[in-house]
Amino acid sequence: MERIPILRMGSLLLVTIQVDMHDRLAMTLQEDLTDRIVKDRAKGVLIDISALDIVDSFIGRMISNTAAMAKILDAKTVVVGMQPAVAITLVELGLALEGVSTALNVERGIAMLAQRE
Amino acid sequence: MKTAESGAVVMPLYSDEDVVRLRKLVREELAALGFGIVDQTKMITAASELARNTLKYGKGGECHLGKLNESPKIGVELVFTDDGPGIEDTALALTDGYTSGGGLGLGLSGAKKLSDEFHLETRLGEGTTVTIRKWKFS
Repeated sequence: MERIPILRMGSLLLVTIQVDMHDRLAMTLQEDLTDRIVKDRAKGVLIDISALDIVDSFIGRMISNTAAMAKILDAKTVVVGMQPAVAITLVELGLALEGVSTALNVERGIAMLAQRE
Repeated sequence: MKTAESGAVVMPLYSDEDVVRLRKLVREELAALGFGIVDQTKMITAASELARNTLKYGKGGECHLGKLNESPKIGVELVFTDDGPGIEDTALALTDGYTSGGGLGLGLSGAKKLSDEFHLETRLGEGTTVTIRKWKFS
């Protein structure tokens, strides 16, 4: 089955979404990530969406839910690399990604998560 | 994929993968017509929302993608059709945050906000057709 790889870097999990995700793939990623947070005792999750051309309401909800679940599991989620056109579209769509922290790039995202430790 | 009489491209929508294929096609068509990245992104996002509705509520259907020319402007039209149950209360279905299917309720209302023209036609027991358009001055 098609899966998005999750890499571990110390106490962080790093996900780089490089394919145009269909809905099942997005759901699988959400489940895999919550499993890995517990298994790897991760303190932070970094989701790099710089390669994503769009974030629609489904993917947006997946990101929000993942952040909420991670929080309950004592891990902080940072979404990095959102393209400007995606940000414009999300706001117009009325999707604020509440509860999700964002950073411009991976470096700043890691710095944000490191502050927490 | 086949070409319709009107010159429109027809994409079947029966699986998650079909939705991804449609997004790719919409991007290619809009890019080829010279639409900017923000308009491309808005239209692909709108297409994704409507394609998911076609799949989820309409039990599958198709999308017709056509080009419009009303000099001095050109446009792209996407027509989503299904033979599903239809929508009982269209005003309610178009309300931000209303959902009958456990989603965020941003599908129809979102597609409307992201496109320049939006038209919804539905008959109970027969199906739903949603048309969206995006224009640009050539």
